[in-house]
Amino acid sequence: MRARRLRAVLRGWGGVGAMAVVCALVAVFALLLPVVGSHSGQSGGTGGRGTARISQARADAECTDPEKQTLSPSGADGPTIEAIRNRTGEKRKLIVGVDQNSYRWGYRDPNSGGTAELEGFDIDLVHRIAQDILGDPDAVQFKAIPTDQRIPAIQAGRVDMVVRTMTISCDRLEKVAFSAPYFRTGQQVLAPKSSPITGYDGSLADKKICTAAGSTAYAQLKADKDRGKLPASTDIGTTVPNQLDCLVRLQLGEVDAVVTDGALAASQAAQDPTVQLKGDAFTTDYYGVAMKKDADDLVRRVNRILVDYRKDTAKGWQYSYRKWLSATLGDDPVKSEPPAPEYLRKG
Amino acid sequence: MPTLPTVPPQPGPPDPGRLPSPAPPPAAAPRRTAFAEGVDRLRAAATTEPGRLRVIGALLALLVVAFGAVTAWQTTDRAAAADDVLHSSQPLSSDAADIYRSLADANTAASSGFLAGGQETRASRVRYEKDIRTAAAKLVTAAANSDPDSPSAATITELNRLLPEYKGLVERARTYNRQGFPVGGAYLRYANEKMQKKMLPKAEELYVKENQRLRADYADATPYPWAAIALGVLALGALAWAQRRTYLRTNRVLNHGLVAATVAAAVVLLWLVVGHTVARSDLNDSYDHGVRSLNVLHDARIASLKARGNENLTLVARGAETVEVGGETFDAYDYDFRKDMETLGKGLTQAGELADDATGEKPVTAAVGNMTEWKKRHASARQEDEYGNYQQALEKVIGGKGATGECFDNVDANLADALAHEQTEFQQAAGDGRDAMTGLPAGAAVLAVLGAVGAVLGIGRRLSEYR
Repeated sequence: MRARRLRAVLRGWGGVGAMAVVCALVAVFALLLPVVGSHSGQSGGTGGRGTARISQARADAECTDPEKQTLSPSGADGPTIEAIRNRTGEKRKLIVGVDQNSYRWGYRDPNSGGTAELEGFDIDLVHRIAQDILGDPDAVQFKAIPTDQRIPAIQAGRVDMVVRTMTISCDRLEKVAFSAPYFRTGQQVLAPKSSPITGYDGSLADKKICTAAGSTAYAQLKADKDRGKLPASTDIGTTVPNQLDCLVRLQLGEVDAVVTDGALAASQAAQDPTVQLKGDAFTTDYYGVAMKKDADDLVRRVNRILVDYRKDTAKGWQYSYRKWLSATLGDDPVKSEPPAPEYLRKG
Repeated sequence: MPTLPTVPPQPGPPDPGRLPSPAPPPAAAPRRTAFAEGVDRLRAAATTEPGRLRVIGALLALLVVAFGAVTAWQTTDRAAAADDVLHSSQPLSSDAADIYRSLADANTAASSGFLAGGQETRASRVRYEKDIRTAAAKLVTAAANSDPDSPSAATITELNRLLPEYKGLVERARTYNRQGFPVGGAYLRYANEKMQKKMLPKAEELYVKENQRLRADYADATPYPWAAIALGVLALGALAWAQRRTYLRTNRVLNHGLVAATVAAAVVLLWLVVGHTVARSDLNDSYDHGVRSLNVLHDARIASLKARGNENLTLVARGAETVEVGGETFDAYDYDFRKDMETLGKGLTQAGELADDATGEKPVTAAVGNMTEWKKRHASARQEDEYGNYQQALEKVIGGKGATGECFDNVDANLADALAHEQTEFQQAAGDGRDAMTGLPAGAAVLAVLGAVGAVLGIGRRLSEYR
């Protein structure tokens, strides 16, 4: 955008003396810098690497691998865990923000026999955390949270944590704390099999793309469109509360493609055999458990639980993957396994 | 009795109806001399007693006929408006309320089915289908009864377009639900959004517009026909003056023709005033005890439906949406639920005050009891939800016996009873009102013609004395 403006400016003043060019440059920078700065603040995504990089450079050049910015694991109790344990009677539960619309991640199976139980990969992890902290896997109060309400819900203390296919990102790290990554995925394009769309490329020109409001996918699209990586004619104006609502819009023909995490896109494709993932993932993202920014003891505790969970082959990560995700993501979990965690954040 | 042809025709045309007007000369002959001649002739006539009598007779006949005509015209208008109230605008206003109710109820039934987790029950499916059928049928009636270019017609067309769209989304939701895919829930959310953001506001708009029309029809039916009354009084006054003049000049007390004209005019005036007063009072009664009650009850029923919808959505959304009021955070749907219940409570209190007999009061009192129980059960369901006992909370909202759904159904049934009762009351009062004006237009016209004939004959009798 900046380049385009500059070119326009140059064209307009072409041939005039160097002073005019310098003046125009100064004016353009003065105009654009605050726009770029505030934009990356609002977009709430990492994904916009271009914009994110600028905002980080301006901050303190600290955030390069957001998935490593977490505290080292520890089983010690602290004030946050104490407060959860001190809940009495019926209220002695871990309050967790989850999704009830992500097939095989967090959802209700209408055919499960009339119970309202949530189930899925994320839900398994929640039960494991509740088991560890409160000694009862079912001591959980689930709150269904729309994508763009995850951070506000944590900040307002309405939930203790969010386990909801939430991507660890630099922007989000400014508002909440993340555990170590528990899953690897990346943004992917989903479109009807018959669609001429080939992937995250020029074939998206003149197409309407649906994303969830407040998702990393939206932030990425916005940043790429601003940088010109995505055709300017691509319409990214359709945002919905939940990524699954995008499948509805896609089936009704209101949009041409959906961009979301590959893991979730696969869940959508599993529900409709006429759509498919187009092209490879064009980012690498990691899911983490999000908690309040100052809940250090809880972050360390969750990180320790995650270490155990990964090691536990009988009832842990591998088991849960096989049970829920092998059908949609393939039998081999290797490409979904997060790397060995690093704990670079200093308490 | 002497008849008109015996009257000498020289000074003017024999028909007194054409006498006062100087119009015929210019129409008959554009020549200035003819016009001047006519004026002169009239002026000359006014100076002689027979000439004056002719003018008086013509004026009297004209006044009486005008009185009859204006009476017929004004009462026809009012009778037509009263008939519209009874047979068109009130039924349409009720239909619009029913359309809103059916749509909202269908949506609630569909979301309850989804909430149940498993497949929807037969009861909720039947309820949904019935609501959709009712809405579709009432939309057809409403379309047939609205003017093609009116804003109501546009609203109805829009609703007719949205209804199949909505139904399509719900059907897709069902299909996916059967396959065990959560995208079914997403379809239901989309359908719910369409209903809440597009269809219900349109239905409400229709209801408001039909109510405006109803009020306009009342406004057309009830005002006193002042023009007719004024003409009546004027005609009677003129007749009295003419008779007094005759008496003073001839010492004869009674002139049969003029007396007959006076009686005819008096009867028409009396009929007009009494008939309209009765009609007006009946119509006002039908408004105060029928329409106002019906409106309050419709509003209460809609509030209870909204409350039920929000109660369900509280569980569907599972704490996803919150609102901050006065620094405190509430669940958005539960907050709306409480507001709806307040509206319901106020509506029921008002309905109780408006109910004017025991039959009308009974269902309202019962509904108040249902509402109190509903609030109690709702509080207990909320408690379970706050504790994270979702399954129990669900049981207390959409379960069978002892659930809040039972209370809602009872409120709804009682309000339906109350509505049926008030509808009957309305129809009776408005029907009486309309009937009070039956025959008035025709009667007034016939009597006025007779009165005019009487006046002419009466004056003719006097004229014959000058031959």
